[in-house]
Amino acid sequence: MLKIKEYVKAESLEQAYELNQKRGNRILGGMLWLKMSNARIHTAIDLSGLGLGRIDETEEEIRIGCMATLRELELNEPLERISQGLVRESVKHIVGVQFRNLATVGGSLFGRFGFSDVLTGFLALDTYVELYKGGILPLRKFVEMKRDNDILVRVIVRKTYGNYVYLTHRNTKTDFPVLTVAVSSDSRGARAVVGARTQKAVCIALPQEWKCRLDQGNCSGKELQELSKELAGEIPMGSNLRASAGYRRHLAGVLIRRGLLALQERGRQDAD
Amino acid sequence: MQINVVLNGKTITEEIAPDLLLIDFVRNHKCYSVKRGCETSNCGLCTVFLDQKPVLSCGILAARADGHAVDTLEGLLEEAKEFAMFIADQGAEQCGFCNPGMIMNAIALFRENKEPSDEEIREYLAGNLCRCSGYEGQLRGIRAFLEYKKQGGALCVQ
Repeated sequence: MLKIKEYVKAESLEQAYELNQKRGNRILGGMLWLKMSNARIHTAIDLSGLGLGRIDETEEEIRIGCMATLRELELNEPLERISQGLVRESVKHIVGVQFRNLATVGGSLFGRFGFSDVLTGFLALDTYVELYKGGILPLRKFVEMKRDNDILVRVIVRKTYGNYVYLTHRNTKTDFPVLTVAVSSDSRGARAVVGARTQKAVCIALPQEWKCRLDQGNCSGKELQELSKELAGEIPMGSNLRASAGYRRHLAGVLIRRGLLALQERGRQDAD
Repeated sequence: MQINVVLNGKTITEEIAPDLLLIDFVRNHKCYSVKRGCETSNCGLCTVFLDQKPVLSCGILAARADGHAVDTLEGLLEEAKEFAMFIADQGAEQCGFCNPGMIMNAIALFRENKEPSDEEIREYLAGNLCRCSGYEGQLRGIRAFLEYKKQGGALCVQ
């Protein structure tokens, strides 16, 4: 059972950062995962009074405060538009509305959880994180970093227009995913992101030749099937109670193929 | 630590332990409609409104509710009663344990979306688990209630 000795509603990021350097102190996100643990926390640090729950749109990017909830992401019109529904699709299966009204984007990404729909979705977009001390860095770099005592202040999604598709497979609705897949094609190239493979999501770039063909919509079904199988084979998978590594690998091939087919269809529509 | 919470319209100032969950806070104030179910933030039984938004009271500290409004079914009796009759009319309550949470979240849905489709109803209520009914009764009850509201509340409940 989670135990907390003291609770501080931070008055500034500097105060929160200072407190967070002490062992035994923890920053609270939505705290839905933390609550499941037996952690003994000396001081719980609450960022909810710092105005970090906002989602702001500028000409070049969408700036999401770390305390914005998954439900707010789901309902945000600029995010819906820029991600072509990917953000909404990636969070809508997460438990229920009441859960998503609590879970925060900062908590979801800072944890770099192996089961995360949110991480998979944002990795497919042109996403950066702003750390209080570490500055702004691409999400894909942040994912590879070890957890430290910095604070994830904001998530920044650049308006890199392209095509994005999100797919997931669950054994039962609202459960953790067995596998998550996001595919994208934009000015940075084409890529497939695969998560919930029992480890955190990974991103694989597709060769430029494939991006061109997908954007023009001239790949055959057989070609896409072979490419998907090949990509799925490159990704390390693990086993747990939900599925075996072999099943996940097969599933990854299927979901990547479906994603690429949808991507190709959108490429065709854009060309028309 | 001290918190100030407006619970069902009444301001409460109280000393609490920092790790007190909101579910325990509201139950300590005799809001027994808020049920402890899974305790893993999955079942929706403990749904309350925090500043008018449905949240799981087993997944949030009472300290987070400081300075905010919390509403439980006890504070929404009139609104809930009208809808609950339609659920009862379909025999959808069965054991009734999930009912308060389901009704709270359904009210949140109706406030957000006056004319939800079946798909939207299913999606919104996906976080409310019921182990008796298979959800069809609730869905029929919700459809009947929405039709009743659409007709200006003119239909009789059988």
